[in-house]
Amino acid sequence: MLLKTFTRGGVHPEENKRSSGSPIRRVAIPKTVTVPLAQHIGAPADPLVAKGDKVKAGQLIARGQSFISANVHAPVSGTVTKIDDFPDSSGYRKKAIQIETEGDEWIETIDRDSAVDLQIKLTKEEILARIQEMGIVGMGGATFPTHVKMMVPQGKKAEFLVINGVECEPYLTSDHRLMLERGEELMTGTRILMMALGVDKAYIGIENNKADAIEHLTGLSKKFAGITVVPLKVKYPQGGEKQLIKAILNREVPSGKLPIETGCVVQNVGTAVAVYEAVQKNKPLIERVVTVTGKSVKDPCNLLVRIGTPVSLLLEEAGGIPDDTRKVINGGPMMGKALGMVEVPVVKGMSGITVMPGKEANRPKVHNCIRCARCTFACPMGLAPYLIAQMAEAHLEESAEAERVMDCIECGSCSFVCPSGRPLLDNIRVAKSKVGQLIRSRAK
Amino acid sequence: MRINAPYNMNSAIILTVATLSVLGIVSAVVLYFIAQKFKVIEDPRIDAIVEVLPAANCGGCGYAGCRNFAEAIVKNESLENMYCPVGGNDVLKRIGPIIGQVAVEKDPMIAVLRCNGSYAHAPLKSAYDGISSCFFMHSLFSGENGCPYGCLGGGDCVEACTFDAMYMDKETGLPVIVQDKCVACGACVKACPRNIIELRPKGKKDRRIFVSCVNKEKGAVGKKNCEVVCIGCGKCVKECKFDAITMENNLAYIHADKCTLCRKCVAVCPTGSIHELNFPERKKPLAETETAEVSNL
Repeated sequence: MLLKTFTRGGVHPEENKRSSGSPIRRVAIPKTVTVPLAQHIGAPADPLVAKGDKVKAGQLIARGQSFISANVHAPVSGTVTKIDDFPDSSGYRKKAIQIETEGDEWIETIDRDSAVDLQIKLTKEEILARIQEMGIVGMGGATFPTHVKMMVPQGKKAEFLVINGVECEPYLTSDHRLMLERGEELMTGTRILMMALGVDKAYIGIENNKADAIEHLTGLSKKFAGITVVPLKVKYPQGGEKQLIKAILNREVPSGKLPIETGCVVQNVGTAVAVYEAVQKNKPLIERVVTVTGKSVKDPCNLLVRIGTPVSLLLEEAGGIPDDTRKVINGGPMMGKALGMVEVPVVKGMSGITVMPGKEANRPKVHNCIRCARCTFACPMGLAPYLIAQMAEAHLEESAEAERVMDCIECGSCSFVCPSGRPLLDNIRVAKSKVGQLIRSRAK
Repeated sequence: MRINAPYNMNSAIILTVATLSVLGIVSAVVLYFIAQKFKVIEDPRIDAIVEVLPAANCGGCGYAGCRNFAEAIVKNESLENMYCPVGGNDVLKRIGPIIGQVAVEKDPMIAVLRCNGSYAHAPLKSAYDGISSCFFMHSLFSGENGCPYGCLGGGDCVEACTFDAMYMDKETGLPVIVQDKCVACGACVKACPRNIIELRPKGKKDRRIFVSCVNKEKGAVGKKNCEVVCIGCGKCVKECKFDAITMENNLAYIHADKCTLCRKCVAVCPTGSIHELNFPERKKPLAETETAEVSNL
């Protein structure tokens, strides 16, 4: 049987899904949590609490004030000790609320019963309001506020909802485990999102290396109207939303535009489960599944972690930092960013921590470009990475813009295939950043 | 078939030469009239000014090139706010008579690196292996030594300098500004994503004093990453009798227009964050303060 896939570019990195057999397990609540106010795309939330306040788990502690922003809730119960600047995964210090944990008391409005509630009692408007109130953002890593994504702009029409269960990034398995262990919640969350969008058809895209998840959800889909599970060929970056839409619906998102142009909205499986919890259980986004993995990690696992837990605690839980570690990456090897220190908090968009030993972590030696065009063949967006990287180095931003650098999804396929080991994505990111500044200055 | 007699070798040559000459003359006449019709009348003063300018086309004046600078001067009929950093006051004095204005003398300026976070003062806490671009590093993380305001050592400033006045010091990891070559064009200032480089007056006898730090964090936080950080203690502000130092966001700043180069602030700074350049050795060495080893000119 020929599996669906996207037709342009793509690469095949080693899958390394060594944590896929490890069921989700909870990590002990830490003594202190540091909750950043900016865990999402858009303006940081404004704090509603002050030093000394007592809070309960699930309580709203910061409100998103502008259109593109999200609420932040207390992940634990305890006392607010500081509202100050703390280092995040980039090393820069950003405003966060630090809470000293006391017990584990939740606010009364949250339904803590784990039985799956399949009955959707809210209207479309109530669903959107609830998603916003509960601080739900894209859990695939982009952290775009979900309630904003679900609002269809004037003049556009939504036909389909696409649920992204692809998890094409090597090493990461949190979505895989969610599909296996929280299938009914996922399906209900999908139905809720369908109602919010006003569509009656949804597709769940899953890469073929997760046969057990495909089988499980296909079985469940018989009980949920309008949801179809679509197995996809294993190819990176199948999980990119534009590639996913091409594979499932055979529609292409025009350059510079959003998926709604093709009539659909894409959401991650983690987001769908979070939406279920928000709508059915009144539970805000205060914990998430984080994969901790790596070739030398003693216990590669999928941990259910409260937001604000330090990454150092997760590494301890996975058997400690291995002796041969050279890089601790926030994310996976393709799109992740290495951490400068491990005392950084888990945030809403942290899907995994990949520990890399020496040899694997070293970047290759850089040689001259040999014009082989492997990068151009690999680019899933049809760009010419060697050219854009060259323009970045020569400070030719306008030329880079003409070469559609703003369409780059930063998947890393180009750097991955380059036989000369050239840091293509690094240079393309510089061009993208400078062109972005240029575009914003023109708009003024 | 026989060709008619008059068409022999000689007449062929004469005919050819005549035809081409006529064509040439006609073209010349036509071109002359076209040139007259589309003639660009330019103020001859522009050319005169361009002659005087250094022809570096560096953009230091804020214009695209020397010719644009000259055009702007003639268009505005004024030297107000116009300065060529490469040519300096000499060039301005010579441009003055061309447009009938008197040039106002400006203090010569020089680029100054306001960071002393060398490997010795701000040890590395992580290793970076991406591209050597300060712009990229700044957007990615706070830096290998942890200071979110400090020099990243990627060399964007050195790359931007077209006067060969900068180089990277491998011992310190910081860029060095060569005093005799720097023309204060401002290219390095623009290139630095952290605004660490500042154009300051060269000073009397080339002496200058400045706070070699741009860190705005609270003192205790800044000290975690670098031992010569400005901790915002305010001792220099109190010590200065000329009101030349102001404090904002935990960072002291010395205003060159008020500074008399008395050096009292340098002596009281507890971290050695204030630098004095091109001064003679002090008769009494600074006892308590460890004057930070100056890593740039």
